Order: sequence, then structure tokens, then C-alpha cells
Amino acid sequence: MRKLKVLMFGWEFPPFMSGGLGTACYGLTKGLTNKNVDVTFVMPNGPEDMKAEFVKLMIASNLKRYNVKLKYIDTLLRPYLSDTQYVREYDRYIEVLKNSNANSKVIYGKNIYEEVYRLSLAAEVIALSDEYDVIHCHDWMTFPAGIAAKKATGKPLVVHVHATEYDRGGGNGVNSQVYAMEREGMMYADKIIAVSNFTKQKLINNYFIPEEKITVVHNAVEFSEEKKFDIKQHEKVVLFLGRLTLQKGPDYFIEAAKKVLDYDPDVKFIIAGNGDMEAKIVDRVAQLGIGNKVLFAGFVSGPDVDRAYQAADLYVMPSVSEPFGITPLEALRNNVPVIISKQSGVSEVLKNALKVDFWDVDELANKIISVLNYRSLHKDLSKHGLMEVHTFSWNIPAGKCIEVYNLVISEKNNEIKI
Amino acid sequence: MPNVCFYFQVHQPYRMKKYSVFDIGSNSTYFDEQKNAEVMRKVAKKCYLPTNALMLELIKKYKHTSRPFKISYSITGVALEQFEKYAPEVLESFKVLANTGCVEFLSETYYHSLSYIYSKEEFKSQVEMHRHKIKYLFNQEPVVFRNTELIFNNEIANFVEQMGFKAMLAEGADHILNWRSPNYVYRAKTTKNLKLLLKNYKLSDDIAFRFGQKSWESYPLTAEKYAGWINQHAEHSINLFMDYETFGEHQWEDTGIFAFLKKLPDELLKNGHTKFIWPSELALIEPVAELDIHNYVSWADVERDLSAWIGNNMQNSALEEVYLLEKTIKDVNNKSLIEDWRKLTTSDHFYYMCTKYFNDGDVHKYFNPYDTPYESYINFMNILNDIIIRMKRLIQEKNVVIDLREDYKKQNYNLKHQLTEKPHKSMVVFNASL
Repeated sequence: MRKLKVLMFGWEFPPFMSGGLGTACYGLTKGLTNKNVDVTFVMPNGPEDMKAEFVKLMIASNLKRYNVKLKYIDTLLRPYLSDTQYVREYDRYIEVLKNSNANSKVIYGKNIYEEVYRLSLAAEVIALSDEYDVIHCHDWMTFPAGIAAKKATGKPLVVHVHATEYDRGGGNGVNSQVYAMEREGMMYADKIIAVSNFTKQKLINNYFIPEEKITVVHNAVEFSEEKKFDIKQHEKVVLFLGRLTLQKGPDYFIEAAKKVLDYDPDVKFIIAGNGDMEAKIVDRVAQLGIGNKVLFAGFVSGPDVDRAYQAADLYVMPSVSEPFGITPLEALRNNVPVIISKQSGVSEVLKNALKVDFWDVDELANKIISVLNYRSLHKDLSKHGLMEVHTFSWNIPAGKCIEVYNLVISEKNNEIKI
Repeated sequence: MPNVCFYFQVHQPYRMKKYSVFDIGSNSTYFDEQKNAEVMRKVAKKCYLPTNALMLELIKKYKHTSRPFKISYSITGVALEQFEKYAPEVLESFKVLANTGCVEFLSETYYHSLSYIYSKEEFKSQVEMHRHKIKYLFNQEPVVFRNTELIFNNEIANFVEQMGFKAMLAEGADHILNWRSPNYVYRAKTTKNLKLLLKNYKLSDDIAFRFGQKSWESYPLTAEKYAGWINQHAEHSINLFMDYETFGEHQWEDTGIFAFLKKLPDELLKNGHTKFIWPSELALIEPVAELDIHNYVSWADVERDLSAWIGNNMQNSALEEVYLLEKTIKDVNNKSLIEDWRKLTTSDHFYYMCTKYFNDGDVHKYFNPYDTPYESYINFMNILNDIIIRMKRLIQEKNVVIDLREDYKKQNYNLKHQLTEKPHKSMVVFNASL
């Protein structure tokens, strides 16, 4: 049988990105190539003068052994970028350009929507450059690219939803332009992959997508070589790791921290990450008078991520709306027990974790104190969690994606016959 | 022409209410009255009342024949208490059954606990409490013992014999029987003459587990078919031991379980030989051999061992810490404190903490009121910590009283000091030195 050829519009691979989208793209691509699928991965890539060259080299060498063809599109887009952040990025680029005195022309869109559209033009060219069986794209910024590729080639389109505008808004309204692009992608798609039932329900209720068009494929976790850090600690440490946005619920983490500290002052809380809520969170910490107990570690990446986990006695993911949530799996991989919000996709599949409603700060505090004080609980949660996390192989979601590919391809073939 | 020995286990634990770390030291109601009442009423309606009515009907039907319908029960003390509180009509129906003279009651631990393994003294107390309760309610003195979840080994047998029992029940597990049949009466090694009555797990589980299973090759099981299997045997007795909740609760009414039970005695008696027999009657039979059972055996899970209650860190620590309190709690000698502590010894609490099959999600889940074993452990330990605080407060009060008696004036300063010093609020991590 001929190899399946997939044209995938995705995002940068770890460790050079923030958040779970790149991690998921990387894992899925590896899983697919393990299963003998030919993947051409189109990666949005920043302007050369703003990014170190070794990034590209790293990625290329990482993927060499998996036999993935990489193509780059030069763009200012990055995952999780908001429209205002894009404008800031654009202005920064113009500034860099001025200072360099180079004579280059500005190719990027003035706003994020223009830029996404520009990406789709490039996508069309790539799609026509070879014969692909199926087009697969990840989250809204690549949806127009996927649509363009589908229109140009007539090949079936699969859109993969890792997060919706409703998650990113954290319950505070949605950007209507983003919503429109998300929905357009879902409508044009032959099949939609959602990372959880949690997300599937959002697509049904908020995007009015028929249930049968959606397949749930839960994420997995990638095991790299284990790096053990020798971290000495005297106090018990509770970790938050994620963007400081409404979606991730850092405010609930702080409120729970206060309750825990009232009960047991011998605990430290570490907040690793940055985002638009940072100032608000710092203020609140000061207001609660727990400034000496809450440490802000800023954005962490690369080996520092594992270092952060290993410094912790407990990882908490209090997300308000988390389509999947890969960080609890990473924490367990580092032998750290986890408390996760029930409003997350990962809580559908992860058994050896404590689960709370994100708004139930009392219960979150109850569970934090219990894990820190009852050693047997800490031991069993991390022991069984580590065993469980080893079963989350990317080969499983990759297999489910292949089923989706075969389905859309055979449907397309039947259409043609008719 | 075999005998048939029916034995039913009746048990309902006191389920705990949601108890947070922040309740410790300030809230000493641990059990979920509403939920326990709800469960009791539901099971009474689905199982206890209709099954008792049917048993009574069957007993009456054969009472004046040469082969009466006889059955045996053991009902835990905590189940009896909950009947009294939430479903007195169930208790009445058991009394009516007791009065027929066709029902035998067996002995067990009042709290359905694992006390034998952790404290022989507490075990004896709980068996004694249960004996009192059975005597008081049903006017019977049990001579046959069944340990919690049929937990058994040589050592328990010896201990139970010394307590005066004539026979004890155990699981007829393959690994203890090898080639032998469970349908004979055995003697337990290490005992002078304690009879071992073994559950025929195949025929028992045909009713208890497989009855309503459509995928089972013998589905649907009719009374004729089942009586046919039993009547092939010619040994001492076919021991059919099961949870009483099998009828109507585990196997719902729509599986036809009641119709099956109603017809079963007729079908069994058809051959003109088969008889119903009590465990105490089997205790009089001469054993065919001695059984040497060194390791613990139980009727739980496929392993038929203790791994449903003891094994992971949470279970081990919870059990150890509960029993570590025993001596001090008994010294403090406060009735409600002892009672609450004893309710924590009920084995169900440790069963909820089992992680063994958690990843497959299975029977354990069906019986588990918690989402995860971890949650059940947190709840349990929070409550245990409150018990420790109550215990410490009582110790403090007692010391004060003694001081007062010795020299009121001298100790006056001390006394004030002690009374104003509040118990420490941070979590008490219990240790043996207390």
C-alpha cells in the first residue's frame, strides 16, 4: 500500500515555544511517522533577524530521524497571540528593521487577521507543490491556510481543535473575528478532531457543529531522556506553571494559597509563567499579605521546566477552561502528584490525580494541605500517576488520526465516483 | 443427596460525609446521616423487605414437612444499628424470621472490621458486642463464626476456637483446596476440633455474580437447571454463601432473581433426599481431613486475599494509625469517642482506598462512594485527625481534674494556664509516642 501523505499546518516544536500546542504537534507528528505516515510539516517561522538560527537547526535535527519534511513560512504569528500582542510584535519588527538600516520590504500583515490571510496564500503554493492525500491543521490561525489548501487541491481537510476562543477568554467574552475564523474552518473541514469531550461539547454548543462531525482524540505525553536535578528544599513547595491568563486560573491558585498558608505557614507557592494577568496577581498576593510565601519565577522553558517540577511537592492546574492540559502529565512524569481542575480535557483520561472544580477554592486548599501532610497520599498519587502516564503514548492518538484520515479520504473518493 | 447450606451476609457501612481539613478541630459529626438513611431505605425496598418476605413464605411452606427450609444469616452490628434508625420495619421482619425457628444467626465483628489482624483485644470486644446485640434482638447465641469478608487462616481458627466457637466459615478457594472438594467438612489445622465450612464459590457465584449476565453460557439460569447441578452431588453439603444484597440489589428484580429463589426449594426437594442444613448442624459432622491454611484467604476479588484492604501506602498507613490510637482512646474512656473510633475500623473505608483495579474501573468502583481512592483517604485521615484532637482535649481535661484533687490551690495557676492554651491547630500527624 502506498504511504499516506499528510500536509500538516502546525506550530513550532518544543523547547522553543510556550504552551501545549507545539508539544502536541511534535508528539503527534512523531506518532504518525512511527506508524509509517509521510508527514510534511509546515511551520510558521519568525523573521530571521528576530530569531536565533540554532532554533531551526535544532528542530531540523530533532526531526531528521522521524523522516518529517519541514517547510517554513515566514510569519510573525505565534501560538496564543492576541490581536493586540500581534500589533506590538509588528511594531517591534518595524523598529528592528529601521535600526538595521536594511533595505528589506515589510512583508507581514499590519494586523493579525491580515497576517493569517497572508499565511493562507503561502499555504496554497505549498499545497500545490506535491500530491497530498489529506490536509491537517491545528487551531484557528492555520484554519485559513487549511481552507486555501483544500480549495486549491480538492483534498479533504481535517481541523484539529486544541483550544477555542471560549477557552482563551476564560469566560470573559470572545473575539468575534477569531470566532468567525474558527467556525469557518470547522465548516469547511471534512472532519474535526477535538482534544477532549470537554472541547467537543464547546464545539457543539457554541459553534453549532453536528456531533457526528467531531472525533475526540486525547493528547499524550512525550518522554524525553529523564533529567534528574538535585534540588534541596526545606519547605513544601506547590507549583503553578502556565500562562498568567484568565483561562489558566492563577487567581484561584492565589486564593487557595492564602487558605493553605492560614492553616500551615510552612509552604511556598511558586508561580512559573507570564501573561496579561501578572500585575493583577502580584497585586493580589501583596493585598493578601503572602508576598514572602509566593514566588514569581517568570516564564520558564527548556530544562527549567523539568527543574521547576522537580522542585515541587505538588503541581496544581486550576484552569477555568482547559481543552486538554498536558502539564499535569509532565508533572507526573517528574514524579510530582497533581491536582487538576475538572474543567479540563485531561481530567477525562487521567485517573491518578485529584480533581476539583476550579471555583472551589476551599476544596482546592483542602486537597493541597492533604497532599502535603499525608505522606502516604503523596506517595501513592505520584507512584500510580507515574505508572499511568507511561501509558500515554503518542502512537495512540496518531492511530486515531489515521482512522480519521482514512475516513475522509474514502468519503472524498465516494463523492468523486458519484 | 447433598445438604444445602444457605448463608447470607447482611452489611451496610456508615458512610462518611465530606470532611475537609478545615473541619478538623471544629466539627465532630463524621457520618452522612442523610446518605446512609437514603441507601438503607433504597436497599430495604429493593432487597431486604421483599427478600425477607419471600424467605418467610418459603419457611412457612416447608415448616411442617420432614425437610424444612432453613437458612442462616450474619448481620453486622452497624447494619443492625442502621435498621433501628432508618428502617425499623426491616429489623422487625428479621425478628419475625428469627421466631420461625428456621433461621440461624452467626457471629462476626460488630463493626465488620479487620480487627483480628491489628488487635486481638479489639477483635474480642467487637465479637462480644455483636454477640450481645444478636442475643438482645433475636435471642440466639451463635456457635459458628464468620470473620469479616471470610478472612481466614490457621491462626484465626485457633483463636476463634479458644473463644468457644464450634465452626468457622471460609472461602473454598482453589489454592487452599487443590484437588479437594469444598463440599466436605474439614478441621482447621492448629485447632482441636474447629470445623471448617467452605464456600462453594462456583455455585455461590452462579447466583451472586453470574445470574443476570447475558453473556454467561448458562444464561438464563432456571431453578430446575441449578437444582440439577446441586443434586448431582453426594458430599456433606453444598455451602452457598453470599451477600444478602444479591437479591434485588446486585441482581435486580427484573433479572428474575426472586422468581428463581421462590422456585428453588421446590426444585431442590424434588429428588426426595436433599435437605437444608444450618452451619451449626454441619459443625457436628466428623471432618474428612485437616486443612493447613497458613496464608490469609478471603472471599474478595480474584486474588481471594487481603489485597482489597491492605497493600498500598494509604491503606497501610490509615489502618496502622487507627489501631495505634486504640490504647489511648480506651484509656480516655469516652463513650462517643470510642464509638466514633470503632466506626472507623469498618473495613469498607479501606476498601474504598484500594488502587488495585482503580485503573480498570470495576466492582470496587460500584461499591465506592468516592470518585477516587485518594479522596476517600483524605476524608478518612481528616476525620482521624479530628478524633486525635478530641482525644487530646479529653486527656487535657482529665489531667486537670486530677490536679484539682491533688492540691487545688497550688495548681490553680497551672490550671488557668492549661485552660487558656488551645489545642494546636496545625495538622496532627499521629505518632506512636502519643
